[in-house]
Amino acid sequence: MTNLQKLLNAAATLCGFYALVTGIGALSPALLVAAGLVIAGGLRLSPVLAGAWPGAWSIVMRSQFDLLISFVAAGAVLAALHDGMAGAVWAIAIAAWLHGWLAVEKTIADDARSMGHNWVVSLGVPLFFGFWLLFFWEALTIGLGIPTVLLPPPSMIGARLVSSTAILMADFRQTFLKAVLAGYAIGCGSAVLVAILVDRNDFLRRGLLPIGNFISALPIIGVAPIMVMWFGFDWQSKAAVIVIMTFFPMMVNTLSGLSAASVMERDLLNTYAAGYWQSLFKLRLPAAMPFIFNALKINSTLALIGAIVAEFFGTPIVGIGFRISTEVGRMNLDMVWAEIAVAALAGSASYGALSLLERRVTFWHPSYRTE
Amino acid sequence: MTKSSSSSTVIKAEKLNLDFETNDGVVHALRDLDLEIEAGEFVSFIGPSGCGKTTFLRVIADLETPTAGSIAVNGQTPDQARLARAYGYVFQAPALLSWRTINRNISLPLEIMGLSRAEQQERVERTINLVGLDGFGGKFPWQLSGGMQQRASIARALAFDADLMLMDEPFGALDEIVRDHLNEQVLQLWKKTGKTICFVTHSIPEAVYLSTKIVVMSPRPGRITDVITSDLPDDRPLDIRETPKFLEIAQRVREGLREGHADE
Ligand SMILES: Nc1ncnc2c1ncn2[C@@H]1O[C@H](COP(=O)(O)OP(=O)(O)OP(=O)(O)O)[C@@H](O)[C@H]1O
Ligand SMILES: [Mg+2]
Repeated sequence: MTNLQKLLNAAATLCGFYALVTGIGALSPALLVAAGLVIAGGLRLSPVLAGAWPGAWSIVMRSQFDLLISFVAAGAVLAALHDGMAGAVWAIAIAAWLHGWLAVEKTIADDARSMGHNWVVSLGVPLFFGFWLLFFWEALTIGLGIPTVLLPPPSMIGARLVSSTAILMADFRQTFLKAVLAGYAIGCGSAVLVAILVDRNDFLRRGLLPIGNFISALPIIGVAPIMVMWFGFDWQSKAAVIVIMTFFPMMVNTLSGLSAASVMERDLLNTYAAGYWQSLFKLRLPAAMPFIFNALKINSTLALIGAIVAEFFGTPIVGIGFRISTEVGRMNLDMVWAEIAVAALAGSASYGALSLLERRVTFWHPSYRTE
Repeated sequence: MTKSSSSSTVIKAEKLNLDFETNDGVVHALRDLDLEIEAGEFVSFIGPSGCGKTTFLRVIADLETPTAGSIAVNGQTPDQARLARAYGYVFQAPALLSWRTINRNISLPLEIMGLSRAEQQERVERTINLVGLDGFGGKFPWQLSGGMQQRASIARALAFDADLMLMDEPFGALDEIVRDHLNEQVLQLWKKTGKTICFVTHSIPEAVYLSTKIVVMSPRPGRITDVITSDLPDDRPLDIRETPKFLEIAQRVREGLREGHADE
């Protein structure tokens, strides 16, 4: 056990004692069990025990035990939240969190010793952090009685997600599956094609590239009302905003990518008397892929923001942005947060998918090489 | 560019000059170079670093344009010769594409030439075997050592199979044993195919062992100080390097190099 681990364990035990001493009569049975478990976890610090039953001791030292204590305590706190939060309950919440931290510390230490890549660890640790974020969000909003208009607890948002699935799905379809996907595909696709044209033509490169750099620095979202005038209220105007937002970042990146192949690699293809298209497809586009993926990832975020904000300026009565702006007006903040959760999930899922694809396509790039 | 010289002249340079304009003045990379190379010759270029060996090969390959003088490759301009795929070039660095396996790197020029898949595969197998990289065809360049990468790039040039080979220090990064082995291989290949080979090296024994003609160069400005025709027999076992005749030629090359240095 490292010093940090001992410290975490000891601090959790102190919290357990505090909870037991101050709340012995008032605590729910579940909380009492949790406090007892936390204190039992503290017994592991005693050297006497380690000497008496070394076999048993090494088993209870495992991170799984900390995880168990942590989840039992967290569950007991969540169940007791609505009865008001006494100091003793806070102490158990903190003890739960300390044991969670301890479990992660132990797991990471084990993982660092073992060879190879462990998916459970690399996926589990961020999930675990997410859980604790939600836990304290829930505990603080309910425990401190924060008005739901300011910040609803996650449980309320979760309930909304379940009860309004149909509306959320319709909004998702309108904003993401129609506007975002169409705008993103058209914007990125046309930008790559134009970049190839511009790259070939010196006049275009000198003229268009500085303009491209200038425009990609502008807050393009301001054109959203104009696009509504041009393309109507439906998703087409949102897609148009996205096309404008994503076009220049992709064009600028593709252009730098097209000049990424080294001079010697170009010379090599020249010695083979390779034609323009051959060197484009066999050398320059593959070498440009890291740049293109960079823009694809930036644009996936831009596109979602663009679609949502563009809907603030007029839309049929469906869509994530539309719902956010109207439900805010009605003080239905749980619905607003549910829409934000849907958007966040869609955004991270597409970003994650792009990152995976990037790894597959640019596996040769020094930042991804294996072996 | 004249057809008047015998049709077996592969390279003919006359009063060839090349200056590089740099920020701190003009670099005379090549000064008044006169050289004629006949078909089937094995010509080594030797000289101190920066004397213009690479630059001269690049002029032949149409990767650099001379400032003055004339150069003909197979009686054509370098540009025409390049488009006719008259030569294979081994660069001083491997220049392998990192997203292609070794096999697919070797077949890159063959794809560009539009050869059939079967033909590509046959040539890849033959040349990868020649440079001793069997079993590494499926690896990516960054998974191999520097010397193995250089051998892959040699295999790629051999697979291209042009009548003229331009090789810029192809064995510079290799250990002595592999180098000896590849020297023998290149010599055998040259004897068998009758290719014309221009070969840059810093090693005097390598130059003498391989060449029918050794061009000694000196720097600032880059020019030819001596052209030594070797009269060693065509059949050259490795231990020919111990014979008096061999050592005599090596001595003359060394003196030529010294002279170039003394001029500075
Ligand atoms: N693109 C360039 N721009 C400016 N100067 C150059 C360029 N290429 C080569 N030179 C200069 O021309 C001279 C000859 O260079 P070159 O590469 O031909 O030398 P080298 O004989 O091949 O040397 P090494 O044995 O080190 O490879 C050097 O002084 C070099 O600095
Ligand atoms: Mg050189």
